[in-house]
Amino acid sequence: MVPEDKYPTEQLKSWGKAKEIRMKFYQDYAEAHDKGGLRWAGGAWTFDAIPAGLGDDVYPITSEPYSATIAFDRDLSMECMEATEVKGYPRDLCAYMRNYWGSIITDKFAFGYNKDGEFVPRFAGAKPIGFPKPDFIWQDHICCSHAKWYQVVSDLEGGIPMFTVDNAVGPSSEITDSKIKYVVEQLKDGIKFLEKTTGRDYDDELMYKAIRNHFVSTSKWAEICELNKAIPAPLDEKSIYSLYVLGTLQKAGKQVADYYEKDLLPEVQDRVKRGIAAVPNEKFRVMSDTQPPWSFLSIFRYLEKFGCVSVGSLYTFGLIGQWEVKKDGTWGAKTIPDVEFTSRDQALYEYVKYELHKPEWQHFYSCHTKSDMMIRIAKEWKLSGVMLHYNRGCEGLSVGIAENRLALLDAGFPVMAFEGNNADEREFDEARTKAKINAFMETLGAK
Amino acid sequence: MIEQFKQWEENRHDYAKEWKKKNDGKVIGYFCTYVPEEILYAAGVLPVRVLGSHEPQDVTEPHIFGMFCPFCRDCLAQGLKNRYKYLDGLMIAQSCLHIRQAYTSWIKHRPVEFEKFLCMPHKVQSPHSYEFLTDEYKVFLKEVEKWTGKKITDKALKDAIEVYNENRRLMRKLYELRKKDNPPVTGEEVMEVVMAMQMTDKAEHNKELKTLLAKLENHKSNREVGSRLMILGSEDDDRVFINMVESCGATFVVDDHCTGSRYFWNEVENNGKDLLASIAARYIDRIPCPTKDWEERKRIPHILNMCKEWKVDGVIIMQQKFCDPHELDFVPIKKALEVAGIPTLFLEFDVTVPVGQFKIRVEAFLEMIGEEDLF
Repeated sequence: MVPEDKYPTEQLKSWGKAKEIRMKFYQDYAEAHDKGGLRWAGGAWTFDAIPAGLGDDVYPITSEPYSATIAFDRDLSMECMEATEVKGYPRDLCAYMRNYWGSIITDKFAFGYNKDGEFVPRFAGAKPIGFPKPDFIWQDHICCSHAKWYQVVSDLEGGIPMFTVDNAVGPSSEITDSKIKYVVEQLKDGIKFLEKTTGRDYDDELMYKAIRNHFVSTSKWAEICELNKAIPAPLDEKSIYSLYVLGTLQKAGKQVADYYEKDLLPEVQDRVKRGIAAVPNEKFRVMSDTQPPWSFLSIFRYLEKFGCVSVGSLYTFGLIGQWEVKKDGTWGAKTIPDVEFTSRDQALYEYVKYELHKPEWQHFYSCHTKSDMMIRIAKEWKLSGVMLHYNRGCEGLSVGIAENRLALLDAGFPVMAFEGNNADEREFDEARTKAKINAFMETLGAK
Repeated sequence: MIEQFKQWEENRHDYAKEWKKKNDGKVIGYFCTYVPEEILYAAGVLPVRVLGSHEPQDVTEPHIFGMFCPFCRDCLAQGLKNRYKYLDGLMIAQSCLHIRQAYTSWIKHRPVEFEKFLCMPHKVQSPHSYEFLTDEYKVFLKEVEKWTGKKITDKALKDAIEVYNENRRLMRKLYELRKKDNPPVTGEEVMEVVMAMQMTDKAEHNKELKTLLAKLENHKSNREVGSRLMILGSEDDDRVFINMVESCGATFVVDDHCTGSRYFWNEVENNGKDLLASIAARYIDRIPCPTKDWEERKRIPHILNMCKEWKVDGVIIMQQKFCDPHELDFVPIKKALEVAGIPTLFLEFDVTVPVGQFKIRVEAFLEMIGEEDLF
């Protein structure tokens, strides 16, 4: 029986703006050359404030969200993955990577123009266009696949200048000057690479602005997620996926920083104040982990049948969001550094020092650190249980997940583990997952 | 000729326990060949590499998700089954995510006196990685001193470097012998020597290795060499497989594995730098694991060169199932070998391998290589 509504609900007013920002991001990338600008490719975690110093007409495409977009388009995704397999790459590799490579191999971009000339996704009726080749690659490396992903991209495209920053310098609890300096020196080399590759002069002032945007985007996103501690939760995870993605597209972009700070944050604050719920029959609160199976987001709607809301996850909170432990011992948004940038070295130092605290970088060193953060979320966000996605499509975020399960159980939280794949629908069993959800909800007390 | 090495390898736990008793020292287990053993050895610690046992097991399922490589699960199983109970410490250097899970689960469920995740940089092609790693070593050295209660002097470090370098030089000599038209040792025999190397006191291994090399100097093998093969890919200590292939009319003359040549290929060169910086340079400049072989793929020219120098007829590319870093490299490696006219056979390994099925594929491959002789 579906529990009765207890709370008022309403649609997010800034929803449309988030969609516009996302669509413009891909359009800008696709059309960059038409306007005399540049295109670059790199991961969602890359230090994107650095290429910003090349000018205001330099547009990125970030690999993971682009690949998730393909995954959402089931037919295109299948075509992409099969094309990658034909080239000899195994199907147990990162599913994002295989979708992305497939988009290059098949020369099919996930977006294009409809009959009215509007820029829309292929699944919304766009006439296919080819994959717009980037002018350079600007990547980071903490997961085994990150730099290697773009080695292959460069191979497939017949060679693209590539620079990758090694940001795997150890857990934030052990940060030293030496570790920060190692990353900073690489970024300085990267700036020289960008100048040489593009023939442009580098503008430190533009970089300073982008770093500021980065601070705002990542801190304000955490502040928004923090508001989901409220009962009822003002946001549900399915909606959060469409909002956090802006940070994965261009966290150093002004449009993203402004949206989080000036549109979304005030709106969510207002929802909390007025008791507006994302799920009006909220009775149970859970969180998930790792990327969801993008073709099957309906499972989050299925939860509502039981009065269950997924309030987020370490993944959605900490992939882009920056956090810190506040005086009262709880988790809150990281304080934006109160510093003026006076030189390239100093700005890079502050940027790196801040970024190395990213929650989703910590489990690469120890799954136990991740368990601690998950238990913290389970307690502070007042959860009834946890749904862990044993994600075959992403080794980087699934690393240590079995230990996370054990730790959460030890801490007294019921856990449901379901196996799937974030971007390869062939590895997700929707009916079986729903059956598991039924059993899990019964365990939590749903009738 | 290799009985002693075989005995060490097969009785690795007894060896370590006896070493402990005899030397009143500490033994540390390690997971990856990026661990700077020289620093541990200088402190009187015996580093032993943790390897699997190639037995089906049912203890790791709650700890490591099944999509990660069988090798990391096999290694963890050894810990959970208490086969390494004698270890005083456990460490890993940053390499792939798969094996890191064996380490993180082990230290939680089978705690040891000393544990260390050493932050080996990934971008070994960056000029800044040398200074960074040297700084990491400075911290590590202090931690080891604190753990053992022994000061690591420059002399001790120099001695350790020399013992390790000698070991590497002797192993290179052994590999040189395999260039002969009639190699005096088989791939399986060499695998025993390399594996023993990773679980014994290097000084003792050196002594035995010198004896072996002296014996091999004029040794003429009377077995049929057959096709000269190279094996490359993920971690590989599967003697059963090597034996099967070599019984099909072939000889492995060289390899590119972290349990093989990549473990010892490069020496520490002390070019007036401080000792820790010299050790760091060795680990930065060594033949890279795929996790660190970017942006340029430097392993490919090394592999092609090995094929040329060891007169390789064909290459078996093996990889542990789900090993992403190698999966990302084998496509370009295969392509490069094919361009160079060297046939390849790709095989996916698990904790145990289907010898019967693999034999059919290997025989077909060898037949293909020997086509000219057949017709």
